[in-house]
Amino acid sequence: MKDFNYHSAKDSKEASKLASSSSAFLAGGMTTIPSMKLGLATYKDLIDIKNIKKLSGIKVSGKSVTIGAATKHVEVANSKDVKKAIPSLSSLAEGIGDPQVRNRGTIGGSIANNDPSADYPSACIALNATIHTNERKIEASKFFKGMFETALKKGELIEAVEFQIPEKSSYQKHPNPASRYAVVGVYVAKHKSDVNVAVTGAKSCVYNDKEMAKALSGNFSSSSIDGMDLDSSDMNSDIHASAEYRASLVVTQAKKAVDAC
Amino acid sequence: MASLVGSRVERKEDKRFLTGKGRYTADINLANQTYAIFVRSPHARASIKKLNIDKALKSSGVVSILTGKEIADDKIGGLIAGWAIRSEDGTEMKCPGNPPLAKDNVNFVGDPVAVVIAESLTEAKEAAEKVEVDYKVLKAVTSTADAMNGDTIHEGIDKNLCFDWLLGDRQKVKEAFDKADKVISIDIINNRLIPNAMEPRACVADYNAASEEITLYTTSQNPHLSRLIMSAFGNVAPEHKLRVVAPDVGGGFGSKINVYNEDIVCSWAAKKINRAIKWVAERSESFLTDIHGRDHVTHAELAVTKDGKFLGFKNETIANLGAYARVFGTVTPTYLFGPCATGVYEIPAAYTNVKAVYTNTAPVDAYRGAGRPEATYTIERLVEKASMELGIDKTELRIKNFPTAFPFKQTLVHTVDSGDYVAGMEKAKQMADYKGFEARRRESEAKGKLRGIGVTSYFEACGIAPSAAVMSLGCGVGLWESAEVRFNPTGQVTVYTGSHSHGQSHQTTFAQIAADELGVPIENIDIVHGDTDKGTFGMGTYGSRSLAVGGIAIVNACKKIVEKGKRVTAKMLEANPEDVEFKDGEFIVSKSNKKKTIGEVAFACYLPGVRDEMKSPLPEGDEPGLKETSFYDPSNFSFPAGTHIAEVEIDPETGHVKLEKYTACDDFGRIINPMVVEGQVHGGLAQGIGQALYENAEYDETGQLMTGSYMDYTMPRADNFPEFNIGYTCTHATTNPLGVKGCGEAGAIAAPPTVMNAVIDALGGQEVTMPATAEKVWKACKNLKKSNSKAA
Repeated sequence: MKDFNYHSAKDSKEASKLASSSSAFLAGGMTTIPSMKLGLATYKDLIDIKNIKKLSGIKVSGKSVTIGAATKHVEVANSKDVKKAIPSLSSLAEGIGDPQVRNRGTIGGSIANNDPSADYPSACIALNATIHTNERKIEASKFFKGMFETALKKGELIEAVEFQIPEKSSYQKHPNPASRYAVVGVYVAKHKSDVNVAVTGAKSCVYNDKEMAKALSGNFSSSSIDGMDLDSSDMNSDIHASAEYRASLVVTQAKKAVDAC
Repeated sequence: MASLVGSRVERKEDKRFLTGKGRYTADINLANQTYAIFVRSPHARASIKKLNIDKALKSSGVVSILTGKEIADDKIGGLIAGWAIRSEDGTEMKCPGNPPLAKDNVNFVGDPVAVVIAESLTEAKEAAEKVEVDYKVLKAVTSTADAMNGDTIHEGIDKNLCFDWLLGDRQKVKEAFDKADKVISIDIINNRLIPNAMEPRACVADYNAASEEITLYTTSQNPHLSRLIMSAFGNVAPEHKLRVVAPDVGGGFGSKINVYNEDIVCSWAAKKINRAIKWVAERSESFLTDIHGRDHVTHAELAVTKDGKFLGFKNETIANLGAYARVFGTVTPTYLFGPCATGVYEIPAAYTNVKAVYTNTAPVDAYRGAGRPEATYTIERLVEKASMELGIDKTELRIKNFPTAFPFKQTLVHTVDSGDYVAGMEKAKQMADYKGFEARRRESEAKGKLRGIGVTSYFEACGIAPSAAVMSLGCGVGLWESAEVRFNPTGQVTVYTGSHSHGQSHQTTFAQIAADELGVPIENIDIVHGDTDKGTFGMGTYGSRSLAVGGIAIVNACKKIVEKGKRVTAKMLEANPEDVEFKDGEFIVSKSNKKKTIGEVAFACYLPGVRDEMKSPLPEGDEPGLKETSFYDPSNFSFPAGTHIAEVEIDPETGHVKLEKYTACDDFGRIINPMVVEGQVHGGLAQGIGQALYENAEYDETGQLMTGSYMDYTMPRADNFPEFNIGYTCTHATTNPLGVKGCGEAGAIAAPPTVMNAVIDALGGQEVTMPATAEKVWKACKNLKKSNSKAA
């Protein structure tokens, strides 16, 4: 690993001020550190945001669950409040990576990185999340721009993620047996006025499958999407799963999710 | 005194391992040491046009940069194949040179071309990035099946063929097939695996300019053998000026038998720069450069009568050696494979033909089971297919072809001294509730799942083994083992063994054996291994040989101690040596109350005289001291056997295979420590099931390793397994005094066909290649659905 300067910011303002074109924010470091070790990324400055108190913690109101950006997966998984308000969200957190990752990795880090196979982006899409940054509020549907790409500007820091509490919801994933990332993960959420079917792992970026969402809006039953033949032309294909297999898994996992709701 | 052999003695080594006090090679730091980083080829096949180290030499902290030119100039030898194999046409095998640092050509991604030695690891890494190598990239050969049609990798080795070997009689097989009612045939791939020892390879080399001695600390399964190879073939130093220490080693599975490029380069370079050098592999280097295992493409046929008697067997295999032939590279797909090809069955005519090919991939060598998993997979898949095609129950068909009399002279090579295959099968069926399977299948079907059951009966030849036999088959060394039992004057015992423990628990199990033989409390016995300065010689640990060969050497050395003890006691107590009996640590003159403890005898041996109360004159002809050595060369291999049964449940919507039940019923002869054996069985099963369902080393057509990290190479984890149902039958080996057989590889040998037979049973007989990943199984389920709906 190349040498770098380590900074620990005491608040968002300081973190933002330290940011430059050759810096990165450091939360759990679950992607940043391995990338640096492998020489895939080099930074002059790492700005640690874990010690910013405001960025950690979980708040539940009648309509939403707000999770601070530096909150660890294990805290979301174990939160009684989250479990009560959106049980599928705590079980998603419980299924991320392994115990080491869950004890270091954070929600803000996960969505800022926007790995095409990460779990949390699907929760943001399915649960109509609002991403609070130090500068503005961004709707989830406008946040995830493409592979490892988000609407965040340089120096812009995620402070919290606010999830809308659905009527019912479930997240089902088919994990890659090696990495345990999602080969395909589907987050189905039924809200009062709409249904979201957020899919991760299948394409270069998380997306809301409108076709399935529409079918489920009419009849919220797995039979309404059974046998659906999804277009696999823009789906990922690699040594772990072909596009055709992923397309089938999207439907299978969506059905499982609906049945589990 | 209660016998320790057979009891669950807690592991002596656990205290240091569980408290983080193990001492592995990477824990060793020497004064003034430097750090090595290897510059490796990023290409699978290329010639080196130019190598420029000028910029790198100027990098901060660099001590030295050495390349293939210097190592060739110093006449340092290359890596070698330890077994000479002859082709069917009588010609010798063809092996390319394998210099420790490539000078002209590189032949796989990871092949080292230079070593950068610096004051710190970071500086070594930075400088290594500045070494400029100008490669002319050539077309790589990566496919096992097509290697013979690819470009010639090594000059003068036609068709990339190392040898084309035959074991058996083609004519007799033809005659048997002519008489057959039915021929079952199968095409299978034995997938390539990466051993993945928990501890990556490492070495620390030190040079003492005054004594002119090189000391190499390294992750080896066989330090003496490494010293011999490095000295005799590597020309690194004469044996008496080279000390090889393999301290705690965190797993080997065969991957640490070889002497590797880094061992030779660091030893040679330490002398050159007159400073210690440390090198520790990163995990990505382990993936690329540790030897890989398996990688066979096989066509096999079984000739049968309509009532299920086996008549003949043929096996045509292409075995991938990778870029170079290494220590056990050539014997693994031949004498460790062919003789076991007919499995546990009486098959009157058989042959195995193996074409071993070079490719631009990491060298393939012995990996847990080495040859025997490949052999067992072939015959057991064939037998399962035969049972489906003949409509005979899979267990009945097997029993019908088991030998019932032992010794069992097999058609090809081995004479199996002992066994009871029927008893193993019956017990396994009972343990697995074989009878209740159909009910469980219906339960799964009611949930929309597919359920399958798979059986494997295996035997294997391990405890390698008789020097005369292996040398006649081309082995470059004798495969005996040594032990030395030394008493201190005050009665504690040090046992040196030439075996090496890298997870096998020798510190405990060997102490149990010595404690029983000598009647000395186990806490007073130390097992010493892993250092060429501490014992005469040792052949090391692989092929499940530690107990069946090394353990017997300990028994024999202990017996010599007892013999001397009897003579000394007789002299001290003025009796006839023939009248002295030894039991539970005491030498007793029969029909008297006169006796001496073994501690008193040891003390006497170091005080050979008479003074006041001390009366310990030694008998005439005996020297002072109490130390005995044994070099034990067994009369045969050992032949563990057993039957394993697996049940899987498949989700046809996703193709996910869940291993529901796994039963292993093994015959390992006498068991020294059941807890340790269970550990060995569990570990072997994990690796065997890993091969069947998860693990696969995959190269793309340019020779890049696609599965070079744990993100892509699926190591099985605890949650992939059910609780293993383990049991034993026991027939004692008749070829060694303990009656023991090897147990280290059985799980890895039996599990792949057991699991795959279950998967294929669930899929209605459709073939799926290993590993049976969810996508492959999903496709098979779709086909099954199609053919079922057609049938309806």
